[in-house]
Amino acid sequence: MTENTPQPQNVSRRDFLKVAWALLGGIATVETAGVFLAYLQPRLAEGEFGSVIVAGKVDDFPLNTVTHIPNGRFYIVRIGDGGFLAVYHRCTHLGCTVPWDSTAQKFICPCHNSQFDQQGVVENPPAPRPLDLFALTIEDGELKVDTGNIIQRQTYETAQVVYP
Amino acid sequence: MTLGKSAKETNMDEQTPKPDPSLFEQMRNRLTPDGLPTDDRGRMRMVVDSLVLHLHPAKTEVNSMKWTYTWGLGGLSALLMMILGLTGIVLLNNYTPAAPQAYLDILEINSNVWFGELIRNMHHWSANLLIVVAVLHLIRVFATGAYRPPRELNWLIGVAMLLLILGANFTGYLLPWDQLAYWAITVGTSIVSYVPLIGAGLGRLVLGGPEVGANTLLNFYSMHISFIPLAIFSLMSYHFWRVRKDGGLTIPKSSTQTEDPKPERVTTIPHLVHRELIFAVAWTAALLTFSMFIPAPLEGIANPGLSPNPAKAPWYFMGLQELLLHFHPLVGAIIIPTLAIIGIFTLPFFDLNAKSVGVYFRSQRGRSLTVLATGLALISTPVWVLLDEYLLNWTLWLPTWDTLISNGLIPLAVILLPLIFLDDWIHKSFKADTEERVLFIASFLFTSFIVLTLIGIFFRGPGMSLYFPWNMPVH
Repeated sequence: MTENTPQPQNVSRRDFLKVAWALLGGIATVETAGVFLAYLQPRLAEGEFGSVIVAGKVDDFPLNTVTHIPNGRFYIVRIGDGGFLAVYHRCTHLGCTVPWDSTAQKFICPCHNSQFDQQGVVENPPAPRPLDLFALTIEDGELKVDTGNIIQRQTYETAQVVYP
Repeated sequence: MTLGKSAKETNMDEQTPKPDPSLFEQMRNRLTPDGLPTDDRGRMRMVVDSLVLHLHPAKTEVNSMKWTYTWGLGGLSALLMMILGLTGIVLLNNYTPAAPQAYLDILEINSNVWFGELIRNMHHWSANLLIVVAVLHLIRVFATGAYRPPRELNWLIGVAMLLLILGANFTGYLLPWDQLAYWAITVGTSIVSYVPLIGAGLGRLVLGGPEVGANTLLNFYSMHISFIPLAIFSLMSYHFWRVRKDGGLTIPKSSTQTEDPKPERVTTIPHLVHRELIFAVAWTAALLTFSMFIPAPLEGIANPGLSPNPAKAPWYFMGLQELLLHFHPLVGAIIIPTLAIIGIFTLPFFDLNAKSVGVYFRSQRGRSLTVLATGLALISTPVWVLLDEYLLNWTLWLPTWDTLISNGLIPLAVILLPLIFLDDWIHKSFKADTEERVLFIASFLFTSFIVLTLIGIFFRGPGMSLYFPWNMPVH
């Protein structure tokens, strides 16, 4: 090493160690945060809300009816052509439980007067989007609703309807 | 020699030595070494030497103790925190954070536990009073300009504590597990789901599931008794320490005074300590009396299938819920509150002019402008609520626009534009300077928020329609 030739810009040992420690400390912090976040994730109990719930048999639901399944927190809506929807009973505005008004043929929320039609589509704000759906499958004539799988939607489409 | 030549040293000068103290006397002497001091030096020494009293200086400025300047609001907040800690700790012994046992435990506390109802009432009313007192404390500090350098850090700590107090109240609200608690927390936490991108995940984490349930109760309980009180206690200690580091309280001045009042200091014992004691005893007695006669509310057990009509958030969030009735949720629940919190945090940095520290409302003109702003807000806020309720219908008029714009940003602009004109008007017509303009805008917005809160609490009935309080239908 002579004084005339320009030296390459080497990182000193001290600086290297400083950066390495900072990096390791950062990784450790992120990991710890991750551990806590994972630890705080909600747990689900079998057979309760959040799991797959059997709502009943296809024939239990007449055409053009809305049936409340309280322990699953949803309505089984059977529309005129025989198709099914599993509609979450929670208002998309601020989370109140929306009762079905059978005389008005509407869901009417008691909290802020949001109104939804039979398929759960908003007829009156402040609700910002239609009522959420649950994934619904029909096996051996039984309606199975996965209440751990909440489906948000912006409009009503025929593809949402499940036919037996 | 030094300040505190104590009684012990005087004893040594005496001719006849005392007989050796007994074991009991030794113990007592260790706990209260010199007895109570009888002279000013001894009193100052006592303040400096004691753990709790050393929060105060040995001598206190007479002017800063003026009753009508501070109204004792900071001290009252601290007293309420102490009452809440004490009553909260004993309530733990009779409470299980599980559904539905929590509700049954509250019934048990109310009926079968000695003084159980009194202690629960004290806890409930102190917690609600604390919100009012902490907000009044914030207003006092703002109105007297007491947050200016070097005190702006203590303002930030104070605002952080106010947010923690709201968190403590909100988590505590769920614990009785009655209908009131269940639906207030459902409505309150649903606001979180409107946070863009992370809202849904954050809501799930807070609730411990898709909706309020047993996991939520446990989550809220653990926050209510561990993290939040610990954080408040730490910040409180820091807040007190900073008051001294920043040179004590600000000194009151009248708006006509040009120079600072002549400093005059007296010993903290007894002048400050006695006032604090009397104040604390009087307030404790008042709270105790109130709690003996007015029970804390308790409705039927929580029923997730039956929303009451109307379902309201806790009263201190009714201003927020009122905003939600008028704006798209993203604007009403997220944008406006976030801007408000940022505004409150950064207030001292808009307002660095130190010339009017200690003067209520800055100046004579500031006083008139505050009255003007408050009056304008008192009239315009209900007018706007009525207009929006019965006449304005942005989503109907602009059906093809996104509701975020038609029902969110447009009404927000409609409200903000007059405010900008008002600010310009007082600047030009009244020659208001920066600190008076900050005062004007803040008074206007704050009064508006209070009016919205009152409308939400007293004028909203079934279906969240407007009713007069004396005409409210019982659902």
